Amino acid sequence: MDMSQYLQIFIEESNEHVQSLNQCLLQIEKDPEDKNVLNEIFRVAHTIKGMAGTMGFTKMTKLTHVMENVLHAIRNDEIKVTSDLVDVLFKCLDALENYVSSVVATSGEGDKEYKNVISALNEILENKGMVSSSTVKTQVANNVTPLENVKYITAQLEFDEFEQHAINKAIDMGLNALKFTIVLNKGCLLKAARSFIIFQTLERYGEIIKAQPVVQDIEDEKFDFEFTVVVVSKESEQLFSKELNSIAEVEEVISSKLAKFGAEGIPVEDDKKAEVDSQSSEHVEGVATKEADTQDTTKQNTASKKTQRTVRVDIDRLDVLMNLVGELIITKTRLEETDITAKPQEYHETLEYLARITTNLNDSVMKVRMVPVETVFNRFPRMIRDISKDLGKEIELVMSGEETELDRTVIDEIGDPLIHLLRNSCDHGLESTEKRKQLGKSEVGKINLTAYQSGNNVIIEVTDDGAGINTQKIRAKAIENGIVTKDEAAAMSQQEAIELLFRPSFSTADKITGLSGRGVGLDVVKTKIEQLGGTVEVETQSGKGSSFLIKLPLTLAIYQALLVNVGTEKYAIPLGAIYQIYNWQAEDVKTVQGQDVILLRNMVVPITRLANSLEVPDSNSKAQKQLKIVIVRKGEKLTGLVVDSVIGQQEIVIKSLGKLLSGIKYLAGATILGDGNVALIIDVNSIT
Amino acid sequence: MADAQIHEFETKQFIVFSLGEERFGLDSLKITTIDRMKTITRVPKTPNYIKGVINLRGDIIPVMDLRAKFNLPLAEETEETRIIILKLEEVSIGVIVDQVLQTIQLGNDSIENASSLINSSDSDYIFGIGKVDGEIVTLLNFEKLVKL
Repeated sequence: MDMSQYLQIFIEESNEHVQSLNQCLLQIEKDPEDKNVLNEIFRVAHTIKGMAGTMGFTKMTKLTHVMENVLHAIRNDEIKVTSDLVDVLFKCLDALENYVSSVVATSGEGDKEYKNVISALNEILENKGMVSSSTVKTQVANNVTPLENVKYITAQLEFDEFEQHAINKAIDMGLNALKFTIVLNKGCLLKAARSFIIFQTLERYGEIIKAQPVVQDIEDEKFDFEFTVVVVSKESEQLFSKELNSIAEVEEVISSKLAKFGAEGIPVEDDKKAEVDSQSSEHVEGVATKEADTQDTTKQNTASKKTQRTVRVDIDRLDVLMNLVGELIITKTRLEETDITAKPQEYHETLEYLARITTNLNDSVMKVRMVPVETVFNRFPRMIRDISKDLGKEIELVMSGEETELDRTVIDEIGDPLIHLLRNSCDHGLESTEKRKQLGKSEVGKINLTAYQSGNNVIIEVTDDGAGINTQKIRAKAIENGIVTKDEAAAMSQQEAIELLFRPSFSTADKITGLSGRGVGLDVVKTKIEQLGGTVEVETQSGKGSSFLIKLPLTLAIYQALLVNVGTEKYAIPLGAIYQIYNWQAEDVKTVQGQDVILLRNMVVPITRLANSLEVPDSNSKAQKQLKIVIVRKGEKLTGLVVDSVIGQQEIVIKSLGKLLSGIKYLAGATILGDGNVALIIDVNSIT
Repeated sequence: MADAQIHEFETKQFIVFSLGEERFGLDSLKITTIDRMKTITRVPKTPNYIKGVINLRGDIIPVMDLRAKFNLPLAEETEETRIIILKLEEVSIGVIVDQVLQTIQLGNDSIENASSLINSSDSDYIFGIGKVDGEIVTLLNFEKLVKL
């Protein structure tokens, strides 16, 4: 039976169920006796089993079936819920997620059987809840026909068509296709640095075609002590072996030369092994298989991103939408029938009504695109749990305001920056458990993630009660990296020093951990948020904690603006930013340290002449006696924009300036005016 | 030995346009549309060869003056002036040309490699010289042109 039409539904529902399972597992870990949660878990697993069965996904069905058995035993109090048990269940969850990803990418559940997870589950059943750590850890890669002499997990590689083709081509050209499994010293501390050197060496003599785990994971230290790479080069296997073995902390190198791929896609390996450590089989860590999984999933995930373009919409919102469209049609008909010359009054009234309807219609459509931030927030508890285990710190994540809504496009983009900020708080912000005890703080570090609406914006706050941001350290690092001079650093205010953190490649972490310290993070966060039209602010108190505030615009596409003339050009200033408009005598403009200012109600307000900032030709504002100044709000401060004249208020649709021009300072975008011409929108934050 | 560009195609279609006396060609596959001149809104803080943006049926498209880009003297707009809209992956851009002349098919054998003739500053944009009816057509590399 053809199930392909049900694929979309299966995917959507499975994703929801997996999400639900995620939350339930976290809850049951906190409260192992909670029967309700247990029932919920059972119910969800059962539903997934049913769906998978209907779709013919036998492996998924098998996994969920065994899960059900375990859950059933727990329900009957035959097995107790322990942290290890929950770990295994989380692994099941990961497996299910992988299956669903596979379905998204290939419409099939894939080949993985997760025998290890299933055997762990069975073991639980047999031993009534005792999970021997070796089962959890030792996982045998069972998805590739085992090659005889291979004792290393990462050495079992699967090559996709493209890679096979590339390798065949290389061999045809007379190059060598070589496979190296590199095992690092168990005592090796800086694995990332070591692997970097290894990669450099490899790339000096050839080209890396494939790596297991993927290069990114190796750089992020997501591997135990071994990884495998496939290289094409004109150099010999011996040369590479010699070079690699001479790198410090490399325990051993197992090399082999690959021959062309046969029809089945399995490389005929010309095994010429170096000394194989006979005790190596004990070092086979299951983590390697997990990497194989994550590698495949990442490949699939990048392909599948394009397909997740659906939104769940409240029926009420759709009803409102339908009504408005109905009104629109009626008004259109009225307009067609009204004779403008005979009944101008009626015509204008109808036009006004039309204007109201279109505004309401627009609002409704925007609402339909709004999604609660919960969809982004709900993966964080699990992430924090994993991080807290990795770092050995006790961390509690408190979330609120998950029902706050944001436009779907913003939701898609806000996840990564938030993950980064949360990781930063965990890694840098929160002190270790011992330190916290010493300082008299509670042992559990707290991170608050809050979302709320404020005026025209949605604010998302990430607050931790950790050590606060050490501005001294930042200044020192900045001087060290040559970003500022000693004097400049000393002269900087607290706020300015914090801003340094947002510079590219800046990091004050002393060591590079798997999580952070590589210095690419905060500037990417800032850029992403600014691209969404938002801002990032930081508040910190030494010893007490830090707070990152992300401000995002509520509606992306349409807002009220003030149209102004500068020279012969028209510009739009967002109405929300405008405080007031003044006529000012040119002679009343003072200068303070070279900056033009005006004295407004006892406040010194700096002003910017738009004609200058925007390099507008033919502007005569210099000669004018009377200036038109538009006072705008920039954060807490006021600042004035000098324009030639004010045209009026207008509702505008923001259009992006396109990839080439969107980075230009001072401009937030463009809009199309009633006459079809383009007017540029001023970015108040950057122009002053 | 091997030159930088390998012409892998058999015949390619090009749109030929003129800037003053010179003729240029652009790969027609990359061309979305050709429009008459319209009002261009100046965009501050852009290189001088970016004249600004236009409204193309609701989309904002940046427009480049090729004369400025190639350091040719600027010209007056005429009835024949056109904007050729090109698209590369996600990026659209328009180029102002004096006149659009014709479409031609050129095979590998009719295209000569340009590196020996042109000086280095322009050679990036030029991927070959074509011969059509005894006239020389400079074939432009769109990708290089678009890098701001």
